[in-house]
Amino acid sequence: MTATAQEAYQQRLNRILDAVALKVPDRVPVLLLNHFFAAKYANITLKEAYHDPEKWYQANKKMVLDLDPDLYQAPWMLINPAKAMEALDFKQIKWPGHGIPDNHSFQFVEAEYMKPEEYEALLDDPSDFVMRTYLPRICGALEPFKTLPPLQSFLNGYIVFGLTAAFAQPEVIAAFECLAKAGREYMKYQEKEQQFYKEMTELGYPHWGVAAGLVAFDLISDMLRGMRGSMLDMYRNPDKLLEAEEKFYPMIIQSAILASKMNNNRFVFMPLHRGADGFMSNEQFEKFYWPYLKRLILDTIDAGLIPFVFFEGGYNERLEYLKELPKGKLIAQLDTTDIVKAKKVIGDTICIAGNMPVSLLQTGTPEKVKDYAKWMIDEVAGDGGFIMSSRGVLDEADPELVKVWIDFTKEYGVYK
Amino acid sequence: MSGELVKALSELQEEKALNVVRELLAAGEDPLKIMDACGQAMEIVGKKFEDGVYFVPDLIFAGEILKGISAEVKPHIAEGAEQKRLGQVVLGTVAGDIHDIGKDVVHFMLDSNGFEVHDLGIDVPAEKFVEKIKETGAKVVAMSGLLTMAFDSMKQTVDAIKEAGLRDQVKIMIGGSQVDEEVRVYTGADAYGNDAMSAVNYAKQWLGGE
Repeated sequence: MTATAQEAYQQRLNRILDAVALKVPDRVPVLLLNHFFAAKYANITLKEAYHDPEKWYQANKKMVLDLDPDLYQAPWMLINPAKAMEALDFKQIKWPGHGIPDNHSFQFVEAEYMKPEEYEALLDDPSDFVMRTYLPRICGALEPFKTLPPLQSFLNGYIVFGLTAAFAQPEVIAAFECLAKAGREYMKYQEKEQQFYKEMTELGYPHWGVAAGLVAFDLISDMLRGMRGSMLDMYRNPDKLLEAEEKFYPMIIQSAILASKMNNNRFVFMPLHRGADGFMSNEQFEKFYWPYLKRLILDTIDAGLIPFVFFEGGYNERLEYLKELPKGKLIAQLDTTDIVKAKKVIGDTICIAGNMPVSLLQTGTPEKVKDYAKWMIDEVAGDGGFIMSSRGVLDEADPELVKVWIDFTKEYGVYK
Repeated sequence: MSGELVKALSELQEEKALNVVRELLAAGEDPLKIMDACGQAMEIVGKKFEDGVYFVPDLIFAGEILKGISAEVKPHIAEGAEQKRLGQVVLGTVAGDIHDIGKDVVHFMLDSNGFEVHDLGIDVPAEKFVEKIKETGAKVVAMSGLLTMAFDSMKQTVDAIKEAGLRDQVKIMIGGSQVDEEVRVYTGADAYGNDAMSAVNYAKQWLGGE
């Protein structure tokens, strides 16, 4: 890294770190929720991004260099290589060119991937449940795993090694081959990914988004029970639901910390899904959501890392809870939450990032974009602790308007 | 007895509600009256949602209890017996978007406020909306979408309604957490909303029912 690039890297990162610490940086920092925006920006289809890591690499490099943000989103985390997904016959998402148009971002297929009566099996032996029930359900190619014996049977030692016959079934061998094939596809992307961060770091650009942790409720709701199922569980199986949250929390926090250390990146992304206003009452939030969100945030801070919490939807009714968190240690990325109110309630505790409407960046005019950015800076950037960002991902935003927004923020957002 | 049912269902006591229904049926109560009581209870649920007492999980659970009750009662209802409705709404999540939660909540709220809802589901192409408007003669169209790319689908759907010569016959509302006035203008819809209650209010405004 050249000395100037290294300085630039540190300067950008410091701007963010100052804001996190509720201090006043030299100017309002700019953070990107670029997600899949690079495809539109560099005029490639998302389908191409899912097939060709080199094209995705170049598109993102162009986007970051042109837009020159202080912190950008790691663009590889949510790219699941198309060939890997095809090899697995993956059911949990639809991706560009597979179930949705070439240029639309992937979509999660909301479903009840675990039945309520299966809590017992899940809690009793999660790994067995994953291997013989969950994977066959979310990956068509792994269906043959259903026929494997429970792995704990091998605890019977030499007496039961006849069980290996199950692994000799041609369908099972084929299923393992599909897993390996998917893994090889991921490796191609991971190689590019590491190269990408290395080059962008050398060019002076820090990123967030290589480490992440879900709130335990969201893990169970998104990945296992579905929104409907998990919400019915609050009534019909509240004890099992809480038991599962408790059981999987250690795995969640350990994976997040590990990913952070392995990638040498301090930001831990926490996308919140079901905790928003309207999705549950404060009483339900207190019982099923907040305890594990709070632990996730506190344990991440204890590990010397910075929680980057994406409050998707509105959190106007929950701001009071956030005052329980330590001062100057995390970023609250706000979507539709009233940013002025948020600044008032949690502004002296938590750095706020947000919340330029994506609709404005998609359908607005340069004047309207500047006016809104000016209003935000005037209202909430005053004494630091603020990062300019958008409400949600920029995928469909107008590249020119995004540029206008960023340039204006850098110019108008200088602290004097 | 039916007062007990209204109370049990509106307070989301599943077992109690089902037991009352079974007792009522065993005592020879008119099944339509039972469903009517359920209607009253769901109205209370809708009102509590509107007032911020109930939330999405409570709506989902209420719907689930009602499903259980309907399963008990349906076999006893004579064919052809129908409730009177305020007006029809064609509802769907637009093409390319498969999010159903917001749409389902709007469905629930419109339904519990007395509207007949034609729910086209998710990822609904523009022509499906047009077909349904023609088929039902509905005067209100409600389009849902969470993703920003849904804005384009909403616009295309409004355009398709225009091209089919139906634009003057229908009022169109769009909903989703990211829609705003900017998006409304862009799509050419008549109104936008970020919550289910605004959908009910527009429907009432446009179809009557105050």
